[in-house]
This record gives sequence, structure tokens and C-alpha cells, in this order.
Amino acid sequence: MTTYVIKGARILGGQKKDLLIRDGVVAEIGTGLSAAGAQVVDADGLVALPGLVDLHTHLREPGREDAETVETGSRSAALGGYTAVCAMANTSPVADTAGVVEQVWRLGREAGLVDVQPIGAVTVGLAGEQLAELGAMADSAARVRIFSDDGNCVADPRLMRRALEYVKAFDGVVAQHAEEPRLTSGAQMHEGEVAARLGMTGWPAVAEESIIARDVLLAEHVGARLHVCHVSTAGSVEILRWAKGRGIRVTAEVTPHHLLLTDERATSYDPVFKVNPPLRTATDVAALRAALVEGVIDIVATDHAPHAVEDKECEWAYARPGMLGLETALSIVLDVVGDELGWDGIAERMSRTPARIAGLTGHGLEPAAGAPANLTLVDPAARWTVDPAGLASRSRNTPYAAMTLPGRVVATFLHGEPTVLDGKAVK
Amino acid sequence: MIRHLLSAADLDAGTATMVLDTAAEMAALADREVKKLPTLRGRTVVNLFYEDSTRTRISFEAAAKRLSADVINFSAKGSSVSKGESLKDTALTLQAMGADAVVIRHSASGAPHRLANWIDGTVVNAGDGTHEHPTQALLDAYTMRSRLGRLAGLNVAIVGDVLHSRVARSNVLLLHTLGAKVTLIAPPTLLPVGVDAWPAETSYHLDSVLPDADVVMMLRVQRERMDQAYFPSAREYSRRYGLDVARMRRLPEHAIVMHPGPMNRGMEITPEVADSPRSTIVEQVANGVSVRMAVLYLLLGGKA
Ligand SMILES: [Zn+2]
Repeated sequence: MTTYVIKGARILGGQKKDLLIRDGVVAEIGTGLSAAGAQVVDADGLVALPGLVDLHTHLREPGREDAETVETGSRSAALGGYTAVCAMANTSPVADTAGVVEQVWRLGREAGLVDVQPIGAVTVGLAGEQLAELGAMADSAARVRIFSDDGNCVADPRLMRRALEYVKAFDGVVAQHAEEPRLTSGAQMHEGEVAARLGMTGWPAVAEESIIARDVLLAEHVGARLHVCHVSTAGSVEILRWAKGRGIRVTAEVTPHHLLLTDERATSYDPVFKVNPPLRTATDVAALRAALVEGVIDIVATDHAPHAVEDKECEWAYARPGMLGLETALSIVLDVVGDELGWDGIAERMSRTPARIAGLTGHGLEPAAGAPANLTLVDPAARWTVDPAGLASRSRNTPYAAMTLPGRVVATFLHGEPTVLDGKAVK
Repeated sequence: MIRHLLSAADLDAGTATMVLDTAAEMAALADREVKKLPTLRGRTVVNLFYEDSTRTRISFEAAAKRLSADVINFSAKGSSVSKGESLKDTALTLQAMGADAVVIRHSASGAPHRLANWIDGTVVNAGDGTHEHPTQALLDAYTMRSRLGRLAGLNVAIVGDVLHSRVARSNVLLLHTLGAKVTLIAPPTLLPVGVDAWPAETSYHLDSVLPDADVVMMLRVQRERMDQAYFPSAREYSRRYGLDVARMRRLPEHAIVMHPGPMNRGMEITPEVADSPRSTIVEQVANGVSVRMAVLYLLLGGKA
């Protein structure tokens, strides 16, 4: 393995230091460091963060390799500063058996650009009827700890209760896509003034909030952990605040797009803005930002959802929901709450806490002597303009095209080896 | 002149009035021996219909032909559209054919907006999902003006399934632009969340609105909405929101009754009302051709 000396990096925005990286770990931190044969990485003025961890990534493999593969999604992740991603289970076939999660895990190892931690489905085929073999996935080489039917809600309350209870045996967590399906039949966008004007079937906030309210009570009742995916409404924030105040073991994520964009974007009828849960109002956006800063919402997760061109270049109603997120997440977070969170807060929301929820012990750790060298170097002064064609994802469905954003990932190290240098993927 | 007609909101008061005035000239033409104008000779108008609507398609076709345009009917049945060709690929085909205008009817809200991004020609929205139907609003306004002599200050009651109605959306926008006062009457389940932001009043009670109405426009209500629990039964709907002879008597003497068609006789309107002298339903169809002639003439005329 090559030895690296990272010169002049500011860990979490602190004083400039050198980092000596050898054998996959941070061997030493100091000033004026050097080592024979070491490759020097000029990081003068760059901020060093623990490698980012995404709890909610759709890699599309197996099944929709035309939209994304484990490799292309991993490359996107590395370029976005990530060293670990949790791959959602709604592939084809569904990741509801040990065989499929091990396949995804192995593909991640082969790509070698980011640690890919598969998420297992809660129910067979995401159908919401019968529990998948959760224990077999937990015991597999992929060591699954997060279970989710994301894309679908585990709507049946009895099934949800059982899932929450069952995964306690291996310290698992159920990540719920909170959407009461009876309230969102045919839904296209947030139910409100804009949907009324555009003549689109509404996705009411209460469809999310009612499930979160139910689930936190279930989690309390059975003493289980619950994670809430992509919280999108101000009302959900209030329920989470109440639940946390009661000591219920619930964590929650918010996506970059719900922190920045509103339902007014749908006025273009361009399905690049179609996502589930949908973009909400400016009031919701403000509440989500405040909740993230306050810690009521624990983490930022991308819900990176690549889609082939034909699934987006069509009528809104026919388009698939979802947006790219991995390569833009850090910049969006810096843009909307960077000042309030500071670098330590960003590390907390985008690395340490998601690593803890996922049980990824080698991630979310401060760059310190002896720690695994999973870290990313960010140029805080850089600004860049999003060009869909310039993204490493196989898909192009970014809602941020032509936006100029702050902060640029210059380098990412995974287990002591660079996956990104000079802002480019090394492989 | 605007390039596309995607929404009634594309029309300011001056433009909308110009369309109505032009439609009046077109209507006068219909009474002449030779009904055709050479205005759009050599221009191609495509009727791109993804939804069955013989009535609207024939109206646009007649309008284009009376302006001497070449008309191509591109319906979802029996064409590549039904074989799964995407709207974008169809748009590129129409572009290559040199379509000067595409009249599109589609079950998806916003489909005309998408189409307008992909072709150079003019796009006319002939009804998109539950969004808008701007030429219907124009012909309704034309009919009101013909019957009542003005639009400014009129009290217009629009009754029924506002939630799913493209006719209601376009009428609210256009009538507001032209100075009429619109009241939407429906059970609360059939008014959209967010309707408060519309330039219209709302009411749940038809009887209280009728005595002040100059125009009552009855919207089609599909019986299947009952299965989605929008109302308990067709009978209860008719009793509370249907227009029968007894209710019609509550209207002022001069008031007119409109319906965009096709009607559910016995559901939202009784046959006696639909066939009464107050009813403008047949006129609306005739006025549709004149208004669509005016729209095509004005949208395409500037580029001759
Ligand atoms: Zn989801």
C-alpha cells in the first residue's frame, strides 16, 4: 500500500495539520510530517471531514443497470465525499434474501470506491404481506442491520410492529418510508395550492405524519429502534420532537432536496422535480432546516435515485419519482445550513450519526492517529456549477442543473487509499 | 400575440377580448355562402388526441379546415402512439413533418407544456388531465357574452366536481381576467385543497347561490367518484348539487344554464333543465368552432 502525506488540511475546520496515512489508517497527525516514498497530497486550506456516510442510496443493481450500477453509483458517492453508502433493497430482484444482499455487497467490494452496505427488505418482494428472512440477511456476509421496504411503506400496523420487534434480536433497525398508501393513491405532488392550480393529484402531508405518529408509538411499545426515511413536512418534525422528548428510540433523515426545493418547481411540469415524498412548501423547508440544525432530524441522507432518460423525459404522471443526490449533497447542505451547523455539525449529520445508525464501526470516525483512514477533503471556498452530463452517475436526473453551489470535494480516502484526487475519481 | 395556448392564464384581458371579438367575426362568416377563409392555406395543424373526445376533435378540425389549413388527425388509436411511442418521439415526428400547430388532448396534466418544450410550432391545449381546457373557457365566455351582453360584473356559479375539472380551472382564470365574479359550489370533498388561493368564492350550498347567479355552469360528475368516497351516492349528489326544474326557478329571469358536455342527464342536470330555453348547451358547441378558429387564426396568423 502507498503511504500518503496530506499536507495542511484543517480537520473539521481547525488548525492546519499534516496527516500521515499508512496501511489503511491515519498513522500520525502533526506538522511538517514526511515519510520515505510517501505520495504528498497538497491539502492547503482544505477541510478534512470523516468520510461521509449515506443511509439511503438507490444503486439500481441488480435490475436497472441502465440507470445505475453499483460501480457508477459508488463513483458518484466517492466524488461526493462518501466512503460508505447503504444500498436500498428495491432492486430487481428485490434484496429480500441473503443471496441478493451478498451479491450487492460483493459488487461493492469489487468496485472498491466506497463501502456498500446493503439494506434488506422488510417484506418479501416489498409486498407488505410477509416478513422477509431478516435473520438470514443479518447473518449473511453482508451483515445487514438496516431493513426497509423503501419505495413502499410497511403500511400494515401489525406487520410493522412485528418487524420492529423481530430485528431487536440482532440490533437491527427498520427504516420506514412513511406513506399511508390509502391517502396517496395516484398522488403526483404535494397536496396544496400548487397542485390545485396544476391539476395534479395531491400527496397530503398527513399521509406521512400519520404513519410516523403510529410508528413511534409502536417503537415505544415494543422498545425497538425506528428510523424514519426522508422526513418532508413540518408536522413530521413536531411528531419527532415529541417522540424524542418521550425517550422513544427514533432517528430521522432529511434529503438535500427537501432542504432546498419547494413544490413551486412542479410548475414547469418537468418530472426531474418529481420525487417521493414530494417537494413541499417553503414553510416545510424552513422547518426541516431548523430541525436538522436542532438535531430533531438526526442526519442528511441523499435518497439518490437514478432514473433512465425515458423515465424522466415524459409526461409528469408517467415519470418515475426520484432525484440524483450523491454528488451534490454536501454542497446543498453547506448552502442551506452550512453556517448554522459548522464543520463539526456537518460531520455529525453526514458521517458520525449515519455510521452509528447503520452500525458501520469503521466509518464516522474523526481523522485521528490510529483511526481508519476514511476521510474526505473539501475546498470550502470553491464554487461549482452542476452540469448533468458531468456527473459520474449513469443517469442525468439532477434537479440542480445549472445551479452554482458552494464547496467542492477535492479528495476522498477509503481505507487509506484515494478514491478521488484533484476532484476526479481515481478509477 | 402569445405563441402557445397552454393555460387560460396565458391570456391577459386584452388578448382574451381580442380572441372573443375575432370569434364573433368568424361566427358571422359561418352565415355566409362560402364558409372558408384562405388565411391558413399551406399551414399544417395536427390534432394529437391521446384521449377520446370526438366532440373536441371535430370542433378543432372544423375550425382549422374553415381557415384552409391542412389537418392531420393523429389519434392514439391505430397509430404508433398506441404502440408505446413516447410523447417526445411523437413530438419529434411532428416536428419533422413541419407541423405549424399541434392541438393536443391528453389524460396527463401538463402534457402540452412538455410538448411545447420539444417542438418549434404552436401548441394548443385541448384539455390536459385535470388541469386546463382553455378553449372551452373561451367558448364559455363567448357564449356568456353573446347571451348576456357582457362579462364584467357577471356572477358565475360553477357547480360540481371542481377537483377533477379542467373546465373549472380554465374558467376561473379566464373569467377572473375578464372581470366576472366566480363562485365554485361543490361538496367539500370535490373542492381541491388549496382552492382558497384561486380568484373565486366557494360555497357548499347551491340553493343559496342561485338567486344572485347570472350564469350557472354544471360540471360533469362521474358516478365512479362514489367508489372513492367523494359522496355517498349518486342520488344524494343529485339531491344536493343537481340542477332540476325547482332549483332552476330560483334563478333570476335572465340567467343562463351551461354545461361543457358530455352531460350525465339525471345526475348533475335533469333533462328538463338541459333542454330548457335557458340552456346554452347547443350554442356552446357551435360557438366552439368560432372560438377555435379565432385561436388558430391569432396564434398562427402572426407567423404567415
Ligand atoms: Zn422512500
